[in-house]
Amino acid sequence: MDLVALMLADSRFPGGGHAHSGGLEEAVARRLVTDEASLASFLVGRLRTAGALGAVFAAAATRDAPGRHAELDAELDARTPSPAQRAAGRAQGRGVARAARRAWPSPALTGLLRATPRPHHPIIVGVLVGDPFEAAQTVAYHAVTGPATGAIRLLGLDPFGVNAVLARLAGEIDAVAGAAADHAGAAPVDLPAPASPGLDLLAEAHDRHHREEVRLFVT
Amino acid sequence: MSRDHGHGHAHPVNFDPADPGHDPHHPADHVHRAVRLGIGGPVGSGKTALTAALCRALGDELELAVVTNDIYTTEDADFLRAAGVLDTDRIEAVQTGACPHTAIRDDITANLDAVELLEHRFPRLRLVIIESGGDNLTAVFSRGLVDRQIFVVDVAGGDKVPRKGGPGVTTADLLVINKTDLAPLVGADLGVMAADAHRVRGGLPVISQSLVETPGAPAVADWVRAQLRTLATVG
Repeated sequence: MDLVALMLADSRFPGGGHAHSGGLEEAVARRLVTDEASLASFLVGRLRTAGALGAVFAAAATRDAPGRHAELDAELDARTPSPAQRAAGRAQGRGVARAARRAWPSPALTGLLRATPRPHHPIIVGVLVGDPFEAAQTVAYHAVTGPATGAIRLLGLDPFGVNAVLARLAGEIDAVAGAAADHAGAAPVDLPAPASPGLDLLAEAHDRHHREEVRLFVT
Repeated sequence: MSRDHGHGHAHPVNFDPADPGHDPHHPADHVHRAVRLGIGGPVGSGKTALTAALCRALGDELELAVVTNDIYTTEDADFLRAAGVLDTDRIEAVQTGACPHTAIRDDITANLDAVELLEHRFPRLRLVIIESGGDNLTAVFSRGLVDRQIFVVDVAGGDKVPRKGGPGVTTADLLVINKTDLAPLVGADLGVMAADAHRVRGGLPVISQSLVETPGAPAVADWVRAQLRTLATVG
């Protein structure tokens, strides 16, 4: 795997991801996730919906054409009905951009940030990684590692157990990435739109709650 | 690592034999931005109270704003607002994902976003105080986030704390020993605390204070003013 992809997938990458739980904090607050089994179920659901959507757009962003990245960014907005999720995707994309300007400056990156100064996370990952499958794999993996480490912090789950839950997702992650890579050359408007109404509602509920009371994660 | 060479400042030592070198006296690119001051320290040591005191002491002299990292999200911001020391739009709260030290040290993205948002909102901003969430003695701010940092410990936390050291106590630009008025009540020896602090800090400054006796934190405010002058001439 490309080193850029490995670094972007690393939970120590300084892109602001550590403050996002991908809906897990709200799910924990509602006792929907309480142990390894319910975490595994949550992660599979997230991977096949929000993860698959991000993977599709990361793969598609590896292809360049005039106006393509701005169009992809707008199409991803259109497939993300929750304002809190859209804000989270852009905050993390901006975080990657801040790190990437120092680590991997390139004309492609400059072009992307000129077209979309605060790109969605999958779009900038696609531009930086370059290979459609690896870009999709990175974003799909990222979609489950945030909630997984969130579960360790919020529920005190055994880190070895959570790590094993993640390891068992390998086949699912590769399948999601493979399907995403198959669409890499499609026109942005024709890209798939896997939906996750449950996660959208959790994100909105979480956003309301953290205005009203205690929350540790942004999402 | 640095090496003093006799004219008042030090130059970095370069270990790369292939490096062609550069003029060490070339001035750094200066982009106008506010000075960033970190305030860290254990839970309950008085970080928020010190932040409020500094806002009161300095608020009439210069434009300032606060970023708060308390894990209880809006608690600190509410305290500052309720204290009437800052307008609501001068305070930004950051969620730290249950890891306050990560947000100020390993991944400073959310804090930089908050600082830049405040700078954008107030173009004449001169000082941003970034208050960390309560953490342990090993938590320090990244130099990528702050220009100067204050570490706050308190007398009631035990008079052995300075002796324990840790990067916060030993390396912060200023160590504040807070709540000195409580010393007789908790049996803490202020002399031991100050002596240990000076011993482990190798000449870096230490201020002992009580916000009950001096609510405006005058000594700390003076130190901050001096830092602002120094950073203004360096920049």
